Amino acid sequence: MTLNRRGFLGAAAAASALAAPMVRAQARPRVVVVGGGAGGATAARYIAKDSQGAIDVTLIEPTRTYYTCFFSNLYIGGFRELSSIAHTYGTLAAEYGINVVHDWAVGVDRDARTVTLAGGGVVGYDKLVLSPGIDFVDGAVPGWDLSAQGRMPHAYKAGTQSELLKRQIMAMPEGGTYVMVAPPNPYRCPPGPYERISMVAHHLKTNNPTAKIIIADPKAKFSKQALFEEGWQKHYSGMIERIGPDFGGENVSVNPADMTVDIDGEVINADVVNVIPAQKAGAICDAAGLTEGNWAPVDGHSMVSRMDENVYILGDATNQGDMPKSGFSANSQAKAAAMAIRGALTGSRVFPAKYSNTCWSLIAPEDGIKVGAAYEPTAEKIASVSSFVSQTGEDAALRKTTYEESLGWYAGITADMFG
Amino acid sequence: MRRLLALVIVALAPMGPALADETAELIGDVERGERLFQQCRSCHQIGAGADNRIGPHLNGIFGRTAGALDGFRYSRSMERAFGDGLIWDLRTLDAYIENPRALISGTRMSYRGMADPQDRMDLLAFLRDNTASPQDIPESAPTAVRREVDLPPEILAIVGDVAYGEYLASECLTCHRRDGGDEGIPSITHWPEEDFVIAMHAYKRKLRPHPVMQMMAGRLNDEEIAALAAYFAALD
Ligand SMILES: Cc1cc2nc3c(=O)[nH]c(=O)nc-3n(C[C@H](O)[C@H](O)[C@H](O)COP(=O)(O)OP(=O)(O)OC[C@H]3O[C@@H](n4cnc5c(N)ncnc54)[C@H](O)[C@@H]3O)c2cc1C
Ligand code: HEC
Ligand code: HEC
Repeated sequence: MTLNRRGFLGAAAAASALAAPMVRAQARPRVVVVGGGAGGATAARYIAKDSQGAIDVTLIEPTRTYYTCFFSNLYIGGFRELSSIAHTYGTLAAEYGINVVHDWAVGVDRDARTVTLAGGGVVGYDKLVLSPGIDFVDGAVPGWDLSAQGRMPHAYKAGTQSELLKRQIMAMPEGGTYVMVAPPNPYRCPPGPYERISMVAHHLKTNNPTAKIIIADPKAKFSKQALFEEGWQKHYSGMIERIGPDFGGENVSVNPADMTVDIDGEVINADVVNVIPAQKAGAICDAAGLTEGNWAPVDGHSMVSRMDENVYILGDATNQGDMPKSGFSANSQAKAAAMAIRGALTGSRVFPAKYSNTCWSLIAPEDGIKVGAAYEPTAEKIASVSSFVSQTGEDAALRKTTYEESLGWYAGITADMFG
Repeated sequence: MRRLLALVIVALAPMGPALADETAELIGDVERGERLFQQCRSCHQIGAGADNRIGPHLNGIFGRTAGALDGFRYSRSMERAFGDGLIWDLRTLDAYIENPRALISGTRMSYRGMADPQDRMDLLAFLRDNTASPQDIPESAPTAVRREVDLPPEILAIVGDVAYGEYLASECLTCHRRDGGDEGIPSITHWPEEDFVIAMHAYKRKLRPHPVMQMMAGRLNDEEIAALAAYFAALD
């Protein structure tokens, strides 16, 4: 069953192969997966692997190299190389026989069950999986739009954005100012902005100790707050100032041309402005007509869209209930969906879905913390059934073990996604 | 004869739901325990002037964190237990002596285990007597001695459903690597099924301290654990 990898790696070749007239009565059922990230890559791999060739799997992903957002903060802090968070699709194509098409999906015709690609190709499906991650809400931070990301990076999609932000932080003048505009809930990776702050602080403490960090935050509370604040006090005392909504942290605008941030009327001249805007489901969900508000609602028993029984939606783009938008969650959801899809297309056994999540964060060298929970679907949502979180005041040995675990997890989840 | 004054609650029932069936009893017979310690002496010293040998010295073992002695080279598993903050108390020592690997899978202590509960209690009474200031250990602190890892044969005999195990295992593979890599997180492939089942139950009963694994194991029933053991044992 192994397909010719070369023939499918190029978008042009794929598009011509796929643009052929659609034949409904194909020999093998077809699954198309849009987005090769934490949710999509995992789903494609599990469906291909477990169906042992009985299902034809096409993965549509524009980039040839996927940079994980997870551990991109560690790159910014100097704990990892950028190359260590880069992954490619070669194994998924070569060993799992997945047709990897490097192109954008621009439209979904749910009646005809086809996906249209930016390159002009049309791909038919029996079941569609959408895991496009996030896009930013237009106008969320006055003065900022995507055209400003080259001056005021978000670094909330990893790769060139992470590189840019790191370069800017390294180039900060002595005693300079870094400002983060933090996002409102719900957003990708709840502890992510605060792990970022920790990593920026670590870099500055070592290289530019008189520099200042300011966070403008529209949220009264944030994930693992007590743990982060304890860690900041301990490692970066006096460096970090967080302006919450009680002091106007939600009333922020930016001016990329002169690199200023206005927080509730007070204008700050900054050297680095890291704008993380409010978020919504990747645009293809909206184009497919599968969103309600900013997110795509799904049934937690299988991650099937609440609006179309042939479309499954995973990861950050979904509104599913209690699970945070994390790579771990997306990976966990992908397995439940893969099982349901195989069951529907080949009659394989389907067991009740179980989900879990753990998010590690690094505060300082070998000072790791974690939060996690187990989940089960109910009729309305995916509900948390048990949880745990690191405690304040934990000793250094436990924090080190926790950090080492996160390294193990990174190796585990990326192997689980990309084979 | 010296009898330990400590009163603790000893579970007489083998385990499981019947645990409620508990009565107060003396922890054990110190003199008998001293004789039983012969099984440990080839590796461990205890008492005045005790030092590390093949195994670490056991003075003050009650209340000590596992793997905590400077100058003794512990196994990686024991080091992890130290990181997790596993404390030696009546319950954890009982489990470790009963079956060292149930608590610390990769332990270097090559001791087959002491099966008889009364023997273990006598031995523990002796060890506790050699803890520097036993009076500082609250008499009733380790309340119930539960047969944590002595799983009834029915549980060990469950034949795992490999197909179910495969789905359940997908959750584990986010952290544990399929190829057996063990950087940061231990390998769980190719274990004897029984060891695997026992380790999972030790988390489920919160005998092993790790919160992630307590949560993972906590929601698995006996059949599911057996299915996972079968799947990971058979992985190629
Ligand atoms: C700084 C930071 C730190 C983080 N740390 C952690 C962590 O420690 N642990 C953790 O679990 N999670 C972490 N996360 C969150 C994690 O990265 C996301 O939750 C996860 O990637 C979501 O997976 P996904 O499949 O929904 O989306 P993604 O992984 O973003 O994948 C989406 C993919 O879809 C592609 N795509 C989008 N639109 C289209 C289209 N129209 N056609 C084709 N392809 C398309 C994109 O190119 C992308 O590759 C972090 C995130 C950030 C930003
Ligand atoms: C063959 C040698 C050997 C025998 C016999 C042996 N042990 Fe051990 N013991 C060890 C070693 C080695 C370690 C360290 C284990 C590790 O690092 O995983 C250890 C560790 C321990 C620990 C943990 C100590 C710490 O510092 O955390 C206890 C408690 C213990 N043994 C008790 C006993 C008892 C009680 C007996 C007798 C019933 C016994 N051992 C028999 C070798 C032995
Ligand atoms: C979130 C990450 C994570 C997930 C998911 C996870 N584990 Fe673990 N597991 C760990 C860590 C970390 C340890 C080490 C725990 C310790 O120190 O006691 C561990 C330890 C273990 C051990 C004991 C290993 C040893 O050497 O003592 C077993 C067995 C195990 N896990 C089985 C499983 C099974 C089965 C699943 C799936 C149902 C699973 N784990 C899911 C992180 C995970």
